[in-house]
Amino acid sequence: MQRTTPRLRVLRIATVGICALVAVLSLFLLSDTLLEYGLTSGTIAGLFVSVGRSIAELTGFTLLSFRFGWRMVAIGALIGIVGPLIGMYIVHREMALIGETLAHTAFAGVAIGLLFTSVTGIQTSYLVPALVVAIIGAFIVQYLADRSSSYGDVPIAIMLSGSFALGTLVISFGGGLTGISIEGVLFGNVSVVHPSGGAMMLGLSAIVLAVVGTQYKQLLFITFDEQAAKVAQFDVSLYNSLLVVLTALVVVGAMQILGVILVAAMLVVPVAAASQIATSFREAVYISILVGEFSVIVGILAAHQAGLPAGGSIVMIAVFFYAAAVILSERGLSTVSAH
Amino acid sequence: MTSVIDITDVSLSYGDTPAVSDVSLTVETGEFLGLIGPNGSGKTTLLHIMLGLLEPDTGSVELFGTPIDAFDEGHRIGYVSQQSTNKGSSMPVTVREIVEMGRFSHVGSRRLGADDHAIVDDALETVNIDTLQHRRVNALSGGQRQRAYIARALASEADLLALDEPTVGVDAESRDQFYGLLDDLNNNGITIVLIEHDIGVVTDRASRIACINRELFHHGDTASFVESNALADAYGASGRIVHHHH
Repeated sequence: MQRTTPRLRVLRIATVGICALVAVLSLFLLSDTLLEYGLTSGTIAGLFVSVGRSIAELTGFTLLSFRFGWRMVAIGALIGIVGPLIGMYIVHREMALIGETLAHTAFAGVAIGLLFTSVTGIQTSYLVPALVVAIIGAFIVQYLADRSSSYGDVPIAIMLSGSFALGTLVISFGGGLTGISIEGVLFGNVSVVHPSGGAMMLGLSAIVLAVVGTQYKQLLFITFDEQAAKVAQFDVSLYNSLLVVLTALVVVGAMQILGVILVAAMLVVPVAAASQIATSFREAVYISILVGEFSVIVGILAAHQAGLPAGGSIVMIAVFFYAAAVILSERGLSTVSAH
Repeated sequence: MTSVIDITDVSLSYGDTPAVSDVSLTVETGEFLGLIGPNGSGKTTLLHIMLGLLEPDTGSVELFGTPIDAFDEGHRIGYVSQQSTNKGSSMPVTVREIVEMGRFSHVGSRRLGADDHAIVDDALETVNIDTLQHRRVNALSGGQRQRAYIARALASEADLLALDEPTVGVDAESRDQFYGLLDDLNNNGITIVLIEHDIGVVTDRASRIACINRELFHHGDTASFVESNALADAYGASGRIVHHHH
């Protein structure tokens, strides 16, 4: 019996190719981090910048002539994989609001981190307190969900606005807190992407890929039919907690480029687009990663060239894909025979 | 012979409202048990207690001779819930992917092997949906979708099949074919527990009937149920059996 379809095989090859390119970009992030801490001469990072200068001469796209440009593209490329990958589960578990909530919780973490720095004088990356508070937020979300019949949107919405309100109060209380651009944190900005952010994105992505790579099947079963998965004795509560924590990791890693306000879009929009036209879950995973990658890379390059914020450009390209997928779906592409 | 399900003096309340009161019953290997009762009578609650989805306030539950807290052979149970019947309207999942889920508790973290795929192929053929394996589940009719869930249970090599009103929204012809499939599976040794609102279907198919309305009004073979007053006792004056002859 034929277990796969030609269309699935083509999509798999395309996704594997994209993932190989992202792996190469990850080498840059590694070299960039080691260079920042004086642990290497940065030969690989230098090579990327040289290639970028050649690209700039040929095409006029100047972003890749700089180390920060490659850093941004490499971080974005990782977001293009892990965002849709986690999004596939949270969207179909009807937890799409969770990503937005954890991003706003992370903003409270950023504010608390800034206050900590101003009071103690100890400098840390703003992503560290954001990560800690987002993970705590993830467990609170799970606690609230366990005590209601589903991921009820009222307590989640209260947590979303409550944590954002806390963030604004802490920043106001801190008065002249400086060091990073709050606007950059909210909307995504090149200036807030530090080499340590690249290292963190590399680590967070490795964790997400390792967990989803080994637990893909269990997460799929629980997402599709939670009660049957419970009867089959999968630890549904554990997997739900794991999923929410992984969402927190992706959100904090991705907010450097996309900003707090837009970060959840990367978990939701490519998945929504893929789900319109995919004929299977595997296909939807591949298509959502391809949509995510294209949106991020083209969005970053176009935004830099036009002097626009990266987050907005990325999300608008993804939304364009979604609109196109809806039109294609209505014309019956998703029902094309897979035989 | 070991019982498949054995519940003793089970009670469960939602707040101050009793859902199931002091129910004891046994499901033997190879039995086809029809679980009936009026709307809100606690049928689904009782089934959830049997399967370990709900913990009773009092009483004990054993599955395949093992106390439910120590039971670790979840793959022996195939469950088709009302929830799973409704799911899949937006999620892009194919019939084959659903049936493959039946192998997940066997393989753990490793990939499905050739043996697993052969078992999935057999399950698809047994329920006669092998030609639909690459269709998205939301493109199927209600009856075809139920067959996919049955195939998932077969792929997990389930000894017990528990179904909660599986034919709601399914047309009469598909429903008859579906119950014919259940008969075949039962004749091949699979124990079946079926919640069904249509009493005629249950009395036509099941070997034993459990009739509840919070408490157990009848538990015995189908003939004794038809002759008893359990139906009137549980349903009130409105309860009557309508047999189907399509």
